[in-house]
Amino acid sequence: MNYHWDWMFFFQETDDGLKYYDWILSGLGWTTAVSLASLAVALLLGSVLGVMRTTPRRWLVGLGDAYVDVFRNVPLIVQLFMWFFVVPELVPEKLGIWMKQDLPYIVTAVVGLGLYTAARIAEQVKAGINSLSRGQRNAGLALGFTEWQTYRYVRLPMAYRIVLPALTSEAMNIFKNSAVTYAVGILELYFQYKQIIEKTSQVLEITIVVTSCYFVLAFVMNRLLAFIEARTRVPGLIVGTKGDK
Amino acid sequence: MIEIQNVSKWYGSFQVLTDCTTRVDKGEVVVVCGPSGSGKSTLIKCVNALEPFQKGSVVVDGIAVEDPKTNLPKLRSRVGMVFQHFELFPHMTITDNLAIAQVKVLGRSRDEAVERGLKLLDRVGLKAHAAKFPGQLSGGQQQRVAIARALAMDPICMLFDEPTSALDPEMINEVLDVMVQLAQEGMTMMCVTHEMGFARKVANRVIFMDRGAIVEDAAKEEFFGQPRSERAQTFLAKILNH
Ligand SMILES: Nc1ncnc2c1ncn2[C@@H]1O[C@H](COP(=O)(O)OP(=O)(O)OP(=O)(O)O)[C@@H](O)[C@H]1O
Ligand SMILES: [Mg+2]
Repeated sequence: MNYHWDWMFFFQETDDGLKYYDWILSGLGWTTAVSLASLAVALLLGSVLGVMRTTPRRWLVGLGDAYVDVFRNVPLIVQLFMWFFVVPELVPEKLGIWMKQDLPYIVTAVVGLGLYTAARIAEQVKAGINSLSRGQRNAGLALGFTEWQTYRYVRLPMAYRIVLPALTSEAMNIFKNSAVTYAVGILELYFQYKQIIEKTSQVLEITIVVTSCYFVLAFVMNRLLAFIEARTRVPGLIVGTKGDK
Repeated sequence: MIEIQNVSKWYGSFQVLTDCTTRVDKGEVVVVCGPSGSGKSTLIKCVNALEPFQKGSVVVDGIAVEDPKTNLPKLRSRVGMVFQHFELFPHMTITDNLAIAQVKVLGRSRDEAVERGLKLLDRVGLKAHAAKFPGQLSGGQQQRVAIARALAMDPICMLFDEPTSALDPEMINEVLDVMVQLAQEGMTMMCVTHEMGFARKVANRVIFMDRGAIVEDAAKEEFFGQPRSERAQTFLAKILNH
């Protein structure tokens, strides 16, 4: 191999006066910000949709199902382009202009990634709720809980515990998926990666560094959720052994 | 206290309940029995509207459950129910299981709710287990907690749906003892059960159901003496002989 290793290039100054490692740090910051904000949107909306799809109300179920079908099956990059370029044309003109000119890119990107991920989280939350016995809901209702209270105090706390492993992998995926937002102009890690490759010839160093960044983000998220899992573990519980219908 | 009048229910075209009529007066203990699939669970769940029905009426303490204006959560909070599979909330301690509905539904303070819960837990002989989780208790213990949880709401009557049929034989009696004591204290009770020893001891009346209909509804002495229908006789012979 004839490759010329040069780890010191990270400390070289770039055209804009910053060093290359500043570019990476800034990309890492944007990646983290877009991912965490999208995850928050996705958890919130995904939970609402997941709950809707398990209620006895047909129209709520239909609405939730339709959402998931659309947002899960259209590629993420197409969804992002829709939010950036199609939706501003469909809404009233003033709003469209505002979206194009004043709305920060990151907000649109977070909406795009968040709504996409929400569909996936809705699937998990629904599966978690449906894995509980019907008797749990009945027990809640029999004590005088409203339908909503059976979710709040009985079903969701168990459903989240059951689907935590699946949610962990969604939460780790979101960092990877956030790379797609470079295509709509977010100056995140993948954007910086491409930019640095164009400016220097140190492909291997930069690839190693950027890969490590993604790895560390996913790893930290994994540990965080493992910690939550340990903290919320229920003593003596064996999931899914009892219950009626 | 509970009046069930001409209740019929269908799942699609399949009729689960056919024109069921009966009543449970204040302080009465009524045992409901019958073969599997005869509609016992469905009938008892109609009492607190866990199952809707298409025809007839159920009146609990003067309130019609099928009336769309009825506040069902409020009505249900006054009717205790115990299930075959206990249905304690697995992620909460026993104390929280006992307290949560008192706090969230009745609006009691947490201290008051815990105090009331622990008193009832003591009554079912499980005070030492207050800090445990349901998964750490045996089936019989869980079912006694479930009874205490229902009692903590100060119900006007209690519904039991096969409370001992998911239990190992050696745990059945600890649950039945609690139920017998409750009956002797004058609690109004409707119990789906095949424990005929319990029925003999405390029931006022026994109802026998078959294929969605109430085939027999008789005073205890009469039921065990000479049940009228042949189906009830066969059924009794079967469960008493094993
Ligand atoms: N959701 C449902 N959809 C269709 N049929 C149902 C449903 N729930 C119950 N059934 C049917 O209704 C009938 C009565 O059921 P139910 O549970 O009330 O019987 P049961 O007397 O309590 O029986 P068991 O002793 O087995 O508990 C059964 O034939 C059952 O298959
Ligand atoms: Mg039953």
